[in-house]
Amino acid sequence: MKRSWLIALFLVLVAAAPVRAADTIKLGFNIPMTGDIPDVGESSKNAAEMLKKKINDAGGITVGGKKYLVEFVYEDNESKAESALSAARKLITQDDVLGIVGPQSSKQAVPAAEASNDLKAPMMAPWSTNPNTTKDRPYVFRGCFLDTFQGPTAAKFATEEFKAKKAAVLYDIASDYPKGLAEDFKTAFEKIHGPGSVVAFETFTTKDVDFSAQLTNIAKSGADVLFVPQYYNEVPLIVKQAKSLGFEKPIMGSDSWGSGDLMGLCGDDCKGYYFVTHYAAAGAKGKTKEFIDEYTKLYNKTPDDVAALTWDGANLMLDGVKAMPAITGDMAKDREALMKAMAGIKKFEGITGDMSYPATGPHDPIKCAVVVKIDDNGKFAFYKSVCP
Amino acid sequence: MLQSLLQNILNALQWGSFYSLIALGYCLVYGVLLLINFAHGDIFMVGAYIAFFVCTFLLGKFGLIPGLPGWLVMTLAVPLTMILTAVVGVTLERVAYRPLRRKGVNRLYVVITALMCGLILENGNLALLGASRKSFPTLIPTHVYHFFGVTVTNLKLMVIGVAILGFLLLQFIVSRTKIGMAMRAISYDRFAVPLMGIPADTVIVFTFVLGSAFAGLAGIFFAMTYPVLDPYMGALIGWKAFIAAVVGGIGSIAGAFAGGFLLGFVEIMVVAFFPSTFRDLIAFSILLLILSIRPTGLFGVAKSTKI
Repeated sequence: MKRSWLIALFLVLVAAAPVRAADTIKLGFNIPMTGDIPDVGESSKNAAEMLKKKINDAGGITVGGKKYLVEFVYEDNESKAESALSAARKLITQDDVLGIVGPQSSKQAVPAAEASNDLKAPMMAPWSTNPNTTKDRPYVFRGCFLDTFQGPTAAKFATEEFKAKKAAVLYDIASDYPKGLAEDFKTAFEKIHGPGSVVAFETFTTKDVDFSAQLTNIAKSGADVLFVPQYYNEVPLIVKQAKSLGFEKPIMGSDSWGSGDLMGLCGDDCKGYYFVTHYAAAGAKGKTKEFIDEYTKLYNKTPDDVAALTWDGANLMLDGVKAMPAITGDMAKDREALMKAMAGIKKFEGITGDMSYPATGPHDPIKCAVVVKIDDNGKFAFYKSVCP
Repeated sequence: MLQSLLQNILNALQWGSFYSLIALGYCLVYGVLLLINFAHGDIFMVGAYIAFFVCTFLLGKFGLIPGLPGWLVMTLAVPLTMILTAVVGVTLERVAYRPLRRKGVNRLYVVITALMCGLILENGNLALLGASRKSFPTLIPTHVYHFFGVTVTNLKLMVIGVAILGFLLLQFIVSRTKIGMAMRAISYDRFAVPLMGIPADTVIVFTFVLGSAFAGLAGIFFAMTYPVLDPYMGALIGWKAFIAAVVGGIGSIAGAFAGGFLLGFVEIMVVAFFPSTFRDLIAFSILLLILSIRPTGLFGVAKSTKI
């Protein structure tokens, strides 16, 4: 009697397992829930949860004439490169996800992209602007502009807006994103104003809190503008110390400023500064406004650029899933089909703007950048749009 | 050039003040118990968080005593933070170190326990408060003064002043008071002291109170200077302050003080004239060199009396 029950249970499980697996489409999220930039992970997860609810409430997505629900697996990469690598491997080999969204910042995205490409699983990096993420990696896609575009945009803006002839840069040398962007800015600025016009090119190392020596050099260099391509947890420290060392010139930032709780940490000190980013929440229209309203209602805060880009990135990957001929259940085959379907998308209308993907080369979208001014209320107000 | 140098000397004094304050705590506990309290850096972190909660509470963020002026909040917060941090330090001593001491185990096990306690404090904070950074409120408005092209803020002067006062106070307690004498006696011979009728446990608790209070003091001023708090902020600075204490001659209060400033100076000067990646490499090579010439540290005396 007892044995027959066990056999029956076993049969039910065996019969149920493939049915369950075939009914859902699993995507992985490789995001920083802890570590240096936990707010980035939170934004990504919020946007993903909102998307999942929207899709599953509508009955799921149709692939090859069959309905599937979506399932998201979140893996914490602790804002560390090595953890991002193991998170990507775990999602691909153990959790059997079809594709991965994330990591967000380039420091994690560059190594994770290598793992995804080697294991032949499609990966979408929504927020990583370092060119190396997608370079020579057909399985890796990107949802934002590149530093090679952002750097010159910032250099041009500093020249036109502040009439800057000399610039200073302070960046984290141990992290891929600030390092790459600082170099791109320097190249672009020196192209406009001649070699040596970047009068101070100062570095620090991740987790440093005292920048007084670097900022002393910057204050003494006679720079007209300071470019700080750092994250929201470092910007307040840099800005405050710059002011206390008597540096009163404009400070400008990059898209990493817009994420997380910059204003909560920085307060009045950051008001009046500019940064280059992907979208401006204040004054948005159409689909973007719908997204912002819904997100604000759910989570009680304005979505940052990470949330918007995660939404776009995940949607683009799901568009790829919809364009697949069918889900066969053979992971290697399905992943390749998804990669081909995503590569087939030439134009995607996202809430952060239209993205067109070039026919050949790495999967980097061509999209516009936005310059945002932090206004007196601490809101990120749209200031200028710069298109390639 | 001269202005840059002067400015960097001021920067180094501020940065070194924090190393010194933390190193003093290491030095006290080591001096009395010969125990390297590796949790000290994390007690410093707890101090900064306690300061954060005390200040937001006093500033009336939760509707209590609103409208208190910033300078008053600071004068109240400093002793309160020191007391509460001391409570944490003493709890650690009661829960983790005293049972081990009673059982008379090897010092090595106590050191490992200290390391573990540090991890518990870090991850306890992470679990309770989450990974998000906390922004320390501005207590007093920052005034920037310019002298001959050198820039100083009121906060910078205050930090340096506090470090010097702290050192003088500690020096006074240890060398001029009765309990200071008892501390030195315990450091000299821990087993003979109870025979003289000195309550050894009380003296040890007092040492922890003093050391942790100094970590709390460092915590509140660190949070005012660098107002972004995170759970791992104490780990690295604790390690470095410990090394500074060793170079100064662990066990010697003047040594810990000097060692902290020395490390601060070397770090700031290296960053000012070299790429920042060279900082720790050059700083610790210099410290290594000092130790290989004087293995007992700058102020250390070869194994006779501590403190």
